[in-house]
Amino acid sequence: MKKAHHHSAPMHPTLDTLTQQAKQGTLSRRDFMRHAIALGIAAPFAGSLLSGQAFANTGTPQRGGILKAGMQGGESTDSLDPASWTSQVQHSFGQSWGEALTNVSPEGELTPRLAESVESSSDAKTWVFKLRRGVQFHNGQEMTSADVVATLERHSNEDSQSGALGIMRGIESIRATDTYEVTIVTLEPNADLPFLLSDYHLMIQPGGGLDNPAAGIGTGPYKVVEFQPGVRQIAERFDGYWNPDEYGFADQIEITIINDPTARISALQSGQVHMINRVEPRVVEMVQRLPNIVINNTSGRAQYVFPMHCDTAPFDNNDLRLALKYAINREDMVERILRGYGSVGNDFPINAAYPLFPAGIPQREFDPERANYHYKKSGHNSPIVLRTSDVAFPGAVDAAQLFQQNCAEAGINMEIRREPGDGYWSEVWNKQPFCASYWSGRPTQDQMYSTAYISSADWNDTRFYRDDFDALAREARGELDQTRRAELYQDMAMMVRDEGGLILPMFNDYIEATLSNVGGWSANPMGEMMAGFALSKCWLAS
Amino acid sequence: MNTFVLKLIAQRLALGLLLLLAVSVLIFVGTQLLPGDVAQSILGQSATPEAVENLRRELGLDQPAWIRYFDWLGGILQGDLGTALSNRQDIGESLWGRAGNTLFLAFWTAVVAVPLAILLGLVAVRYQSRWPDRVISGTTLTAISLPEFFIGYLLIYVFAVKFSWFPSVSTVYSSMSLGERLHAIALPAATLTLVILAHMMRMTRAAILNVMQSPYIETAELKGLGTFRIIARHAFPNAIAPVVNVVMLNLAFLIVGVVVVEVIFVYPGMGQYLIDHVSKRDVPVVQAVGLIFAAVYIGLNMLADIIAIVTNPRLRHPK
Repeated sequence: MKKAHHHSAPMHPTLDTLTQQAKQGTLSRRDFMRHAIALGIAAPFAGSLLSGQAFANTGTPQRGGILKAGMQGGESTDSLDPASWTSQVQHSFGQSWGEALTNVSPEGELTPRLAESVESSSDAKTWVFKLRRGVQFHNGQEMTSADVVATLERHSNEDSQSGALGIMRGIESIRATDTYEVTIVTLEPNADLPFLLSDYHLMIQPGGGLDNPAAGIGTGPYKVVEFQPGVRQIAERFDGYWNPDEYGFADQIEITIINDPTARISALQSGQVHMINRVEPRVVEMVQRLPNIVINNTSGRAQYVFPMHCDTAPFDNNDLRLALKYAINREDMVERILRGYGSVGNDFPINAAYPLFPAGIPQREFDPERANYHYKKSGHNSPIVLRTSDVAFPGAVDAAQLFQQNCAEAGINMEIRREPGDGYWSEVWNKQPFCASYWSGRPTQDQMYSTAYISSADWNDTRFYRDDFDALAREARGELDQTRRAELYQDMAMMVRDEGGLILPMFNDYIEATLSNVGGWSANPMGEMMAGFALSKCWLAS
Repeated sequence: MNTFVLKLIAQRLALGLLLLLAVSVLIFVGTQLLPGDVAQSILGQSATPEAVENLRRELGLDQPAWIRYFDWLGGILQGDLGTALSNRQDIGESLWGRAGNTLFLAFWTAVVAVPLAILLGLVAVRYQSRWPDRVISGTTLTAISLPEFFIGYLLIYVFAVKFSWFPSVSTVYSSMSLGERLHAIALPAATLTLVILAHMMRMTRAAILNVMQSPYIETAELKGLGTFRIIARHAFPNAIAPVVNVVMLNLAFLIVGVVVVEVIFVYPGMGQYLIDHVSKRDVPVVQAVGLIFAAVYIGLNMLADIIAIVTNPRLRHPK
């Protein structure tokens, strides 16, 4: 961490003092942020100065060995082209061989990666990224601003099928203003831009990967040795890596795709792999009793949801929506569907894992009487159809049945329609007015709201079209004052919670398991497997 | 081998090819009927509408189905299986690797299972209704009654987790030696053997017992030949046709129907490859794999027919 942070922002004498105070505990994180921002420090990086040094990982990394992961979420249709990535295996392997301009720390703060520092104009529209010098691609080429510009342009091309296209659409221009400097201008003020560029699709590739997007050449700590989609992926340590103190301890990393949950556990148990993802909640207790196995439980931003279309009858009636929101027993669902490995939701898509989480909003409780009151007020009385499928989220069919029983207590007649898993995401979700679904969360609140809740969102799966909400989102996006921003986010959360179409009963934890000789594991709410960094940040203890 | 048999074989081959052509039409039509949009399925839940539209155009999904059928058939006749929609890899290249793995597992399972099943069948007939027969029938019936995933997990628990003799993850790679590969596939091969053993064993037993009622067996007995010799030399050759049929059916199963075992043992065969592509609506791959599976089935059944003809004097010399 240290090495990275000495360059992360122009060091100001007062900032130095602030950092010291924060580390000694005389200054709270919030105050630190506020002072740092007042100093005009590139805002997002201010937090990283603190997190990197004050919360450094204890334990001494050891080098060597082959670190193996057995993971669900790989298919024989996978490709090495970052634009095409959708699953967690691609995410984890990608974070091992590629690097983005920025990263987001487990505390939700921006940390530098290929960019050393970032500064914005006061209107948060022009962003200057200073690139790290002397960074080598695996093919021996040096990374320069031309590669960064070409990469970002490839993902912003409307013809690209990039998973990051939605993020890139708000960008007006990307220019190389120096060999090691890239200037990005956004269409509208966007205080989150450097966060968005941490997206795992935006791995910097030589020449932007235009000639061969699936070459698997990046700047990361490991270089790709073998890529068998859906079977196994291997990478070995890259000798020319610029940051060997922080990433890349094992000599070689391997991901074996094991989609069967029982097979994953037996592979871990018999020592064929060192870490696995997606331990099923119902077996956690049994796995915990096994010798040499450690369960790592991470509260993240992932959520299981029931979206309703606010523009489709009967869900166009807010009383009916409120009736359903009060008619779901969240605690019971966390207990039964997640076996306690999760937390209750409050009908807005943000939880404490996000920076600037609005903590003061009261929790919505299961209240059959109130649900019945709203239901009667809505004047609706025919059965409400809820569509569900096993692919919506693990346990989605059971969850729908629990919901149905809860509804019955409130006098609401709900009918469950079970849909085939095949084609669920193209035919049911975002098409039918009420169904089960999930979200894996986004790096920032703004991105979550822009992805699914503003009127122009690509996946507005609750059909929430509100000009006043859009205006709040726009204001928050361009707001550099964090206190004001937090207020705006509170208003937005209340609006979605009380008037939106989202029923969010629970946030599910990531449950992963490692052998006890794996060192360096630290929870990261940003995503599975330490947000994809598990293979490059963990090591094998002898 | 006389001309009549050759003509018969040629006829069967022609019929098989015709059948394959009909199947190709069915596969093509069937894959067009799958619900869901290819582009949407490839890009998943987090696809933007623009990306979906761009992909649809690029994949040529705007062309009529019959043009796409003849394009596809023409490609296959020239040995070109096309390019996977989802990851733009050459289907032939990735499929042959997977097919090789499937055949490797099927071959070694068959090498163990077929002789074992026939031998057990012969032993069961020899000791009909006595304890060896009962033990053989009982254990093979138990094995076939258990679902294959259960047998798989049981073997993993005992031989991988408890004793650590064999790996529970059977992934094979090109860099492995033959010995390493055989070690890796020990558990899936054992599972499959247990699954197919009973079917073949029982058919062998029943077919031979059927023949054992014939007068010439009585003659052989009266000549004073040993029971096992009668079964192996006199009864079995006349019971080959039904046994071969069952063996071929099981071999076909080993190639086209082992996806559960592939999933449990993480074995990179064709079944998993097909399923991944079905869920992504990767139609060219589904069609290619479907066609290969159909060819395997038709081919093995044809082989069973031909063996039945060649081994049966009555069919070989019709009056």
